[in-house]
Amino acid sequence: MPDRWFLILLGALVAASALFLTWGLSTRIWFILELRLVKLAGLITVGIAVGIATMLFQTLSGNRILTPAIMGFDALFLLVQTSLVFFIGGFGFVQLPGPVVFGINTAVMMVAAVTLFGALLHNNRRDIQLMILVGVIFGLLFRSLTSFMQRLIDPSEFAIVQGTMFAQFGGINRVELLTSVCLLLPLLVWIWRQCPVLDTMALGRDPARSLGVPYDGLQFRLLCAIAALVSIATALVGPITFLGLLVSSLTYSLMRSHRHALLLPTSAAMAALILVFGQTVFEQVLDLQSTLSIVIEFAGGLLFLFLLARGKLQ
Amino acid sequence: MIDISGVSYAIGKAQILKDVSLHIPCGQITALIGPNGAGKSTLLNLMSGQEPLQTGTVSVDALHIGQTRPRDLALKMAVVAQHVGVASRLRVRDLISFGRWPHNQGRPTAADHTMIAQALDRFDLNALADRFLDEVSGGQRQRAFVAMAYAQDTDWLLLDEPLNNLDLRHASRLMAELHRLAREQDKSIVIVLHDLNYAVAWADHVVAMKNGALAFEGATQKVTNAENLSALYDTDVRLVQTEDEVFVAHHR
Ligand SMILES: Nc1ncnc2c1ncn2[C@@H]1O[C@H](COP(=O)(O)OP(=O)(O)O)[C@@H](O)[C@H]1O
Ligand SMILES: [Mg+2]
Repeated sequence: MPDRWFLILLGALVAASALFLTWGLSTRIWFILELRLVKLAGLITVGIAVGIATMLFQTLSGNRILTPAIMGFDALFLLVQTSLVFFIGGFGFVQLPGPVVFGINTAVMMVAAVTLFGALLHNNRRDIQLMILVGVIFGLLFRSLTSFMQRLIDPSEFAIVQGTMFAQFGGINRVELLTSVCLLLPLLVWIWRQCPVLDTMALGRDPARSLGVPYDGLQFRLLCAIAALVSIATALVGPITFLGLLVSSLTYSLMRSHRHALLLPTSAAMAALILVFGQTVFEQVLDLQSTLSIVIEFAGGLLFLFLLARGKLQ
Repeated sequence: MIDISGVSYAIGKAQILKDVSLHIPCGQITALIGPNGAGKSTLLNLMSGQEPLQTGTVSVDALHIGQTRPRDLALKMAVVAQHVGVASRLRVRDLISFGRWPHNQGRPTAADHTMIAQALDRFDLNALADRFLDEVSGGQRQRAFVAMAYAQDTDWLLLDEPLNNLDLRHASRLMAELHRLAREQDKSIVIVLHDLNYAVAWADHVVAMKNGALAFEGATQKVTNAENLSALYDTDVRLVQTEDEVFVAHHR
């Protein structure tokens, strides 16, 4: 009964959310509750986006260690964001409404991701060492270009991109949240309908094609979806490199199922649970501001090294 | 009938196939033989549309490869590749049920379940049905992939070295099963074989490749003689006739 784990995680997520909302609530109840609700919705949105993007990417790349974040998707989003401000900021780009800027960022991000990663997945599907190497190089390249441009940027525009280099769960912007949710919901509906075909795609390109699955077209669309999911998560809280890996490893170890209809909701719930529970414990109970991202990166990074050392790449 | 005409294929500068033209008959077992690197897998991949054709044409019954919708092709022929990947998290039964995908697009019906049960029976996989693919032996996995292709229930079955890793009993059983499919259900089977004894014993038709070109082809009794086979493999090959069987001897 693999459904059991999904229900358990969902229950834990509800409990963690309740704790998150009510912990230490004494004065100005409605005001604080509203603030916390926005933050909670943001954390859950990010969790869903990261969990699902990771599972989709691992299905496409046929392994369980590479994630969009490790391959530099997050860094690519920051680069796109910064270069848009850098190159067209002077023409009033930054005065456009938030959702429009976010939409343009996401669209450019999709094009860039499909161009860069589509070719990589197509030619070297099973060469994991090469993919890790490319991911590391992409990540470094994107990050250095981003910080280089941020240094050249006009100080008034810098405010826009500043503070996005590290994950911050503190200030989630309401407009961004609303925009993200509006993009996320239709995406989730589409992805949900792809679940059966995703199961066949996990067999690999050739076997899936011999079953009549239009693999290349689907891979293209799924890469776009991954890019959009990463955009949502990164725009809301910034890059979190190892959350996806942590989530997918836990999900796979909990359920030995190949069915995406089970895997995707479970990983989404798992990621949301880690974020909400972690945020409650670290920032409300222990009162350690902004340590959650450090803890996630540390635990996930250790896991990454462990998986690499064990050579368990498939 | 599969009609291959003027097919050439190059990877970079290397010419892998050189102007191959041949017909593969319906309702029979056709063995594809030849030394390593002769281009057998490449030809099979082109026939099944796994690799895009560069020059020449291939048609399967009335379908032209390259101009047929993937799903229609998947209802026409099933393929088992030479190197099957190991998808973990997948049980033998799940793998076989993927064979029904072209028919049901992921929404299985009662007929699909019947077909899956039949496939498990025919390929002796009932005891393994609930085992994970990465927890069975190479030969068992290979049989699971053949069973999946069988469950696809197509007119054509293309198998690339399915006997690799199979023990004597299962290799013979598999060939007998394929023979039955050809006789009883009029299936057409193309199978890459390394052990010539299986080719001589079970195939109705033989296609021999060497260095990317067609060496010879024809009815098995006609073309499998010592002279042809010796030239094909550049090795002394003798045919030993017993009362009711022919053996290919080449070990010494
Ligand atoms: N990716 C590739 N690049 C260059 N040559 C290749 C590639 N794949 C296969 N070949 C060559 O193509 C020839 C035919 O290969 P293949 O069809 O697999 O042979 P067979 O199945 O008959 O053993 C071989 O000589 C092999 O070395
Ligand atoms: Mg071969």
